[in-house]
Formats: sequence, C-alpha cells, structure tokens
Amino acid sequence: MGKLIRSAIVMLLLMTVITGVAYPLVVTGVAQVLFPSQANGSLIDREGKPIGSTLIGQSFDDPKYFWGRPSATSPQPNNALSSSGSNLGPTNPALTDAVKQRIEALRAVDPGNTAAVPVDLVTASASGLDPEISPAAAAYQVSRVARLRGMSESQVRSMVIMATTGRQFGMLGEARVNVLKLNLALDGR
Amino acid sequence: MTSFDIFQVILFLGVLLVLIKPVGAYMAMAFADTPNGVNRVGGKLERLLYRLAGVRSDEQMGWRRYAIAMLVFNMLGLFAVYALQRLQQWLPLNPQHFDALSPDLAMNTAISFASNTNWQAYGGESAMSYLTQMLGLAVQNFLSAATGIAVLLAVVRGFTRRSADSVGNFWVDMTRTTLYVLVPFSLVIALLLSSQGVVQNFKAYVDVPLVQNTTAVETVKDAAGNTVKDAAGKDMTKSTTVTTQTLPMGPAASQIAIKQLGTNGGGFFNANSAHPYENPTPFSNFIEMLAIFLIPGGLCYTFGSMVGDRRQGWAILATMLLIFVPLCLGAIAAEQAGNPALHGLAVDQQASAFQAGGNMEGKETRFGIAASGLFATITTAASCGAVNAMHDSLTPLGGLVPMWLMQLGEVIFGGVGSGLYGMLAFAVVAVFIAGLMVGRTPEYLGKKIEAHEMKMASLAVLVPCALVVICTAIAVMTPAGVAGVANPGAHGFSEVLYAVSSAANNNGSAFGGLSANTPFWNVLLGVCMYLSRFLLAIAMLAMAGSLAAKRHVPPSAGTLPTHTPLFVTLLACVVVVVGALTFLPALALGPIAEFLMSVR
Repeated sequence: MGKLIRSAIVMLLLMTVITGVAYPLVVTGVAQVLFPSQANGSLIDREGKPIGSTLIGQSFDDPKYFWGRPSATSPQPNNALSSSGSNLGPTNPALTDAVKQRIEALRAVDPGNTAAVPVDLVTASASGLDPEISPAAAAYQVSRVARLRGMSESQVRSMVIMATTGRQFGMLGEARVNVLKLNLALDGR
Repeated sequence: MTSFDIFQVILFLGVLLVLIKPVGAYMAMAFADTPNGVNRVGGKLERLLYRLAGVRSDEQMGWRRYAIAMLVFNMLGLFAVYALQRLQQWLPLNPQHFDALSPDLAMNTAISFASNTNWQAYGGESAMSYLTQMLGLAVQNFLSAATGIAVLLAVVRGFTRRSADSVGNFWVDMTRTTLYVLVPFSLVIALLLSSQGVVQNFKAYVDVPLVQNTTAVETVKDAAGNTVKDAAGKDMTKSTTVTTQTLPMGPAASQIAIKQLGTNGGGFFNANSAHPYENPTPFSNFIEMLAIFLIPGGLCYTFGSMVGDRRQGWAILATMLLIFVPLCLGAIAAEQAGNPALHGLAVDQQASAFQAGGNMEGKETRFGIAASGLFATITTAASCGAVNAMHDSLTPLGGLVPMWLMQLGEVIFGGVGSGLYGMLAFAVVAVFIAGLMVGRTPEYLGKKIEAHEMKMASLAVLVPCALVVICTAIAVMTPAGVAGVANPGAHGFSEVLYAVSSAANNNGSAFGGLSANTPFWNVLLGVCMYLSRFLLAIAMLAMAGSLAAKRHVPPSAGTLPTHTPLFVTLLACVVVVVGALTFLPALALGPIAEFLMSVR
C-alpha cells in the first residue's frame, strides 16, 4: 500500500507538470504567436488604448445608439466580471413582465414604430455579454437611430451591413450584427 | 422547426461519423502494448514517467488492486484541488487577488472535478485564481477523463481475457490515455478555439472605457449583512454610475479544450460556453460540440476493435444514435416553437432569414436555436455539462430532454470511458432479459453472464437512479434545499430535480437559477457526485474481474447475436424503459406539468 501511495503521489505530480504546466504554456506560446489579437481578448484599439472588445457587448439605452441584447448580469448590465443569464423559467411571470417593460422602453423612444419586436431584442442573452443582435433586431432600430442622428435611413442601413456577419462558412450559426462596432462607427470612431 | 435546424443536426452527425473510425483506430493503437507508431514516438517519455513513479508497467493488476489504485489516485487529486482552492490567496498567479473559497464550496468543487462532473457552484472569473484553474481544475479535467477511459479498458479486458486473474495496469492505462490521446487532441482543439477568439494569456484583467455609461444598482446592506428596507418595506437600493468595463482574461483556451474533450464541462467563466471569450463563434461552437462526442463516439470503435468484432462497437454506437437523434430534434423543435407566454405580446418569435426566432431567452445571438438546442442535447447525452445556453430558460419540453438524457444514466455517448462502460452494463442487462425470454443462460461477447455479473450490472444501472430519486426527495422536504429555488411553481421543482440528476449522473450542467452555493447543496451534491462516480466504477471493475476469470464460450445456435438491429432495438428499449419507469413520476411534477400549464 505504501508503495502504491508513493506511486500515486509521484504520478499526480508528473501529470500536473505535463497537463497543468507544460500544456497550457505551450498553448499560450503558440496562440500568442499565431493569433495574438484573438488570444488577448479581441480588443479594439484606438491610439494604442483598448476601448472595448468585439466579443464583449456593452450596454446601450441612449436612443441614438443601437441597443444590444438585454443583459441579466448584476449589479450593472454587461458586467464582464460576472457573466450570467437571467435563469428565468419560460412560465415565470417575471420573464413576461421583463419582456413587456423592454417592449415599452423600445416603443417609448420610437413612438411611430408599431412593428413586432424581434425576440432577441427583448430577451436576456445567456452570457449577459452577447455582443450581437440579429439583423432583424438591427433593422427594427434603423429608423429611430437615423432620425435621432439626422442621417438618412439608407446611410444607417449601410453601416449596419458593415457590422453584419453572415453564417460562418455560410452554414454555421446565425447571421448577426455587432452592436459595439456599429455604435463606434456611428460615433465616427 | 426550420430546414436549417435539421441541416445543422445532419452536418454535425455527418462530420462526427466521418471522424469516429480514424479516432477510434488511433485510440486502439494508443492503448495497445504491442509496438506501433504511437508508442514509438512517445515511448521514451512514457517509460520515464513509470521509472520516476516506481511503476512496473508489466505488472498485471487484479480488479481489486486496479480499483484501489484508481481510488487512491483520484482521492489524491481531490485533496490537491481542495488545497489549491483553500490556499490560493497565498499562491502565485492570482492577479485579481481572489480569496480562499469556503470549505464546503472547495470540497464540492474538488469532488466535482475529480469525479468528471464539473458541477460549479462558483463563478470562474470572480473566484478562482489562474493557478487554481491550471494546476487544480484543468489537471483534474485530464485525469478524471483518463480515469474513465482506464476503467473502460479494464472492463473491455474482462470480456477479452480468458481464465485470467487480471484486468490490466491502472497506471499504464491512465498514462497512455493522457499522453497519447487527451494531451495531443487538446492541443489541436485549444489552438482552433484560440484562433476563433478564445482568450489564452496570463495577463491581468483589462479595463476599457464604456461608450455609454451605465448604472449599477445594488441593495443596501447593514453591518450585519442584512438588506436594509425603506419606509414602504421594499429593499433599499443605491445606484452608482459605471464608466468602465473590466474584461476577464486568462489561460482559457487550453482549459476549455480539455473541458469539452474530456466531457468535463467546467467553464473557465461563469457563463461557460455561452461566454463570448469561451465560445466566440459558430465555428468554435461546432468544434466544442464535436469535441464532446469525439472520444465517447470513437471509443465505440476502439471497443469493437479490442473485442475483435467491430460490429459490436457499431451496434453500441447505433443504439446511442437511435436514442439521441429523436430527442435532439425534439428539443430543437420545442425551442424553435418559442415561448407561448410571449404570444400575446408584440414580440416576433418567427424564424426568418433575418433572425433565428424561437425561445431566445438565455441564448446567444450567434448560436440561435439550432446550435443551442444541439449543444444542450449533446452536452447532456454525454456527461459533459458545458452549456452554451442557460438551460433554466429552456421551454418545458426543451428542458425535459436534457434532464432525461442525464437521467438515462449518461450512456448515450456519456462520459469518456464511463459512458461506454455504463452502456455495457445496460447491454449485460439486455442480454439477461433476452435470456429470460428464451430460457437460456445469457452470453455477451463470448462470456456467460451469471448472477455476479447481473448484480454488478444492476448496481451500475440503479445507483444513479436511486441517488436522484432519494436526494431529490431530501432536497424538496428540507427548508435548506427549497431555499435555493429561484423560479416559482413546477419549474422550481425542475430546478431541484435537474440539479440532483446532474450531480448523480456526473454531468455538471444546471438549471442555473438554483442557488447551490450553500452548505446544504454543496454537501448533498458532493455526496451524489462521489458515490455515483466511484460506486459505479468499482461495480464495473468487479464485473470485469469475474468476467476475465471465465472461459470463452463459443457462440452456438442459441446465442443471441449482439450486433444486429434486433439487439440494437432491444438495448435501446432497456435504456429507455429503465429511464422512463424511474423518472416519469418526477418528470410529471416538473417539466411535464409546466408544459401542460404553458399551453392551456
């Protein structure tokens, strides 16, 4: 038994060195060389300073910006230190109430728009950090943003298209619009 | 359901099926003693490890010795993870200066990772230092996966060896699995993931200025930690303006690769594979899904090749697919149909060229419905437990499928190694039932199945079932158990049932609303995870020991062939019937009741 325990301890140490030290260091080394931007958080740099990440959504409720997915993180939305969804069940009245409030908020800043709201714009994302909305959710907001910024709808629409990614390789996932990229472009940054 | 949804399922299964043979054949080579391409390359390192650890690689262990080595090795790993969590504030690589975790949470996490469950009652980015993640959690991701495969190899040797008193050498099986399978596969997957945007660095978290400031709302607490109430009896809150966002960093890609590949499932970040830094693109999502099924699927081929009859492996794989495919399509259809509670509101849940539609609460835009529903069923069919959507927010039927897949005993692909040995226990039960029908002594793979094997197989099948039913009952009858429930009504019961099903089948996913970081839940689920994992492994090793000692019985006219569609159907029926009989009453109180209420 003593010999077995000794073998087990040494084996655990050796395996820790291989899988817990060597392996992550090799991956870090190679990733930093081959994919430096991705491995360091896909940061958007302006004048050498990061001003956001293309992968991590920020919160917008100013009507002149495109709004992203609702975020259930606390204490503030899109808190990247505490990623989480709402975990509200489908029949929970709190979910229906939250969706109602979001519809009202969208309509309050865009009174003329009576179209049904695309579902992703009124439901909380899984991570609370979703950087993207569906093309439908962007289209829903185009007239509002154009009006408040004094731009033509076609101008705004072409900026939306610039921030849109199709299905990957044409066959995986969903088409989507990056909200932070789009809003930065609108601000001329 | 849209045609795109169906196409996603077909595409995934197509790529998986193409990979199963090469991966399975490679693993058969990696585990073998005979000289081959794999051990010619890695043999030097392998032998060095044995020499340093004082292991004699030619020593053959009986099942008891094998089991003891497995238990001791895993117990040591468990202690190491516990110690790292309790001491991390004094150790290096802790740029965010995280404190030690509480004893009950550290114990729960240690058991969770040592048992290949990866239930997480903590949030990675707000609790664990890089050192704890790397040296503790990631290492156990490898070693618990290697343990599962080692036990499987011993069980398969029970069938292949004749009149033998040994089932192999635990150290050799564990080492070869880690060196030749898990590490190289993980390297490839980690780099693919990092190319897509999964972070991999040792930097401190990065602060970025927000384009538009937001408001943080926190409840006010007094010195004793109680919430302060205002005059109207409501919780008092204070608002502060937030001008920056802190982006978490860390060596995530390396850990996420093995977390998927080893069917572990423990996220680097709290939101797991829903987090954009953990699963940034549809392609990374595809890789992560493939990684979950790659080894459990490939092992079916390896098994067929080891027992000298590949058809046996394909038959097991066919059984798994027979159950998986309809459940997967069912879950996607339920999610695509959307949430009836929102039907009266001005919400567009219809799928179109411009949106995925459906039930998007708790889902990410880039994955939509198809890639979320597929991931949810894959991660629960296999005992992975990583999630790319919040299961608590799935529709009643969309949530029933993952829950039931876990309750089936994690044998539809299942955990690496453990899924297949679980399925072999069901196969033994199936040939026994067939034997009863025709009044003959049952045989499987040339070995007579007798009382001892049946006892062990039944134990392996029934232990998780019993744990789920008993511990759910304990939880719902205890104030401390009910206190964690977040959603009202039937869904609240589903949260409890899901948590216990997840722990007692070593899955690790959750209906995340449940507040599980309390002493009650940490202990209850810790016990479930440990007992289920190791009682099952011991029972299967005991069965392997007695099978290995038996002589080979050549197939006769009365032998039930176990590679035919007939046997595949029989085996699938046994798995489904055991799962249905045990859990229908409980499911009726949870997801089924919620479904009926939502459509009335």
